[in-house]
Amino acid sequence: MTEELFIPESALIKKRSDEVISVRNLYKSFGKNKVLIDFSASLYAGENVVVLGKSGSGKSVLIKCNIGLIRPDQGSIEVLGKRILELEQDELDKIRAKVGFLFQSNALYDSMTVRENLEFQLRRHRIKISQQEVDELVKNTLEDVGLVHTIDMMPVELSGGMRKRIALARTLILKPEIILYDEPTTGLDPITGKGIIELMLAIQNKYKSSSIIISHDMNCVRMVSDRVIMLIDGACYAEGTYEEIIKMNDPKIKEFFE
Amino acid sequence: MVLPAKTARFFQETGDVAKFTGRFFSQWFRPRYEVTEFFRQCFVIGYKSLPLIGLTGFIMGLVLTMQLRPSLVEYGVESQLPAMVGIAIVREIGPVIMALIFAGKIGSSIGAELGSMKVTEQIDAMEVSGTNPFKYLVVTRVFAATMMLPVLVLLGDAISLYGSYLGVNIRGITSFRLYWAQIFDNLAFSDVIPAFIKTFFFGFAVGIIGSYKGFHSSKGTEGVGRSANSAVVVSSILIFIIDLIAVQITDLLGFN
Ligand SMILES: Nc1ncnc2c1ncn2[C@@H]1O[C@H](COP(=O)(O)OP(=O)(O)OP(=O)(O)O)[C@@H](O)[C@H]1O
Ligand SMILES: [Mg+2]
Repeated sequence: MTEELFIPESALIKKRSDEVISVRNLYKSFGKNKVLIDFSASLYAGENVVVLGKSGSGKSVLIKCNIGLIRPDQGSIEVLGKRILELEQDELDKIRAKVGFLFQSNALYDSMTVRENLEFQLRRHRIKISQQEVDELVKNTLEDVGLVHTIDMMPVELSGGMRKRIALARTLILKPEIILYDEPTTGLDPITGKGIIELMLAIQNKYKSSSIIISHDMNCVRMVSDRVIMLIDGACYAEGTYEEIIKMNDPKIKEFFE
Repeated sequence: MVLPAKTARFFQETGDVAKFTGRFFSQWFRPRYEVTEFFRQCFVIGYKSLPLIGLTGFIMGLVLTMQLRPSLVEYGVESQLPAMVGIAIVREIGPVIMALIFAGKIGSSIGAELGSMKVTEQIDAMEVSGTNPFKYLVVTRVFAATMMLPVLVLLGDAISLYGSYLGVNIRGITSFRLYWAQIFDNLAFSDVIPAFIKTFFFGFAVGIIGSYKGFHSSKGTEGVGRSANSAVVVSSILIFIIDLIAVQITDLLGFN
């Protein structure tokens, strides 16, 4: 504790006390395909960080590492102060209850109704609450995303945008401290996409959560990002605010903003 | 020594299936037990395949009886018809045919279901919801398949023998009671028990192969189709292999 006083200022930038996710020197390859090469980055409380990168650059792999779905070959990951690569299953599940994950393909359980999809999330984390409270929570969360009327529908009956909202509701029901969004607007028309972005901002406001957003939708980047991280060649190639990034004169970065 | 690519892949996959089976045995007895999901799967698996097994069983019994009659008539042992059909169905044809149908129906549906859950990240979603997907999805399905196939085969055998009763009665009349008496007089415990025991293994093979193929489905809808398809092919072959081993064992133990 007292040691912190003697840390030089340059080091303090790297280790702030409000850091909620810290990824250090991450390496991951699939066979010969080197996806992440010495990637390091941080997420601080209350901010929205957008990770920009080409398709196949390893963005999904990166956030899946953060929640223990993919094990990196090397490196360390701290989430809410816990080194998740060293945790026992029970401990890991406790962290997972605090971190929401919106999957690129929504990952709604097709064999369950919307209600069951949301309930599953609550029940499985063994949170002790009565059925009445569960019903209440499901209803409130669906209200947040504006889809209470779909409560007894199956996911196949919903449109793409609605499915995204339900997936978001399922992520939100545990009131996570951190939310990881994997391409929340990809595959949606611009108007629906904008709706999702507004919803994300509203949630951010309401729950005061921090989030990592993966995207290549410039609209999304401009509207939500407090900070942008460029994932190029498997590493954190550059970072800064949206304004800073678009002014950078690097050809690899310029590509994204043409 | 370099193995041809196909052979190497075969051994690779056999090893992977063995590992997968090992994982099943190392996980099934540890808590948390997914009891509700297990019973749900039993219901789904049993209920889904019952009509098909009933229908094919019935036809099989009927046809087998009609086909056997001319030969028996030739040797003047027509009265042995129920006994022969009973033994054939209970010992061999019933378990194997029904297991194959079960593989076609349940193996493919487990393969396709888990495969599509895999490619649409539903399995990942389960994992982050504090659920062990292997236990929740695989252990329950494999157990349900192992438990339900024997039940289905017993029911199927009974329906099949009833079909055979009708077959006997197409020409010549046998009373219902006499028919059953003839069947049970000729069926010993040593006919029923080994046949019953092997159906557990058939069910297990169908469950584990379907789950394995689904869990290792490659991306895309084509990958899901392929898992469903190869789940059926591989488990059907396995059923015959298990049958072959079972007959050797019963032979060695003198159950014949
Ligand atoms: N389970 C896996 N096994 C093998 N290779 C994988 C696996 N997951 C990802 N990869 C590879 O890792 C690379 C990065 O994949 P990833 O899904 O992270 O890309 P992405 O940046 O999210 O792309 P997109 O924008 O298209 O979603 C790809 O080349 C992919 O083929
Ligand atoms: Mg991705």
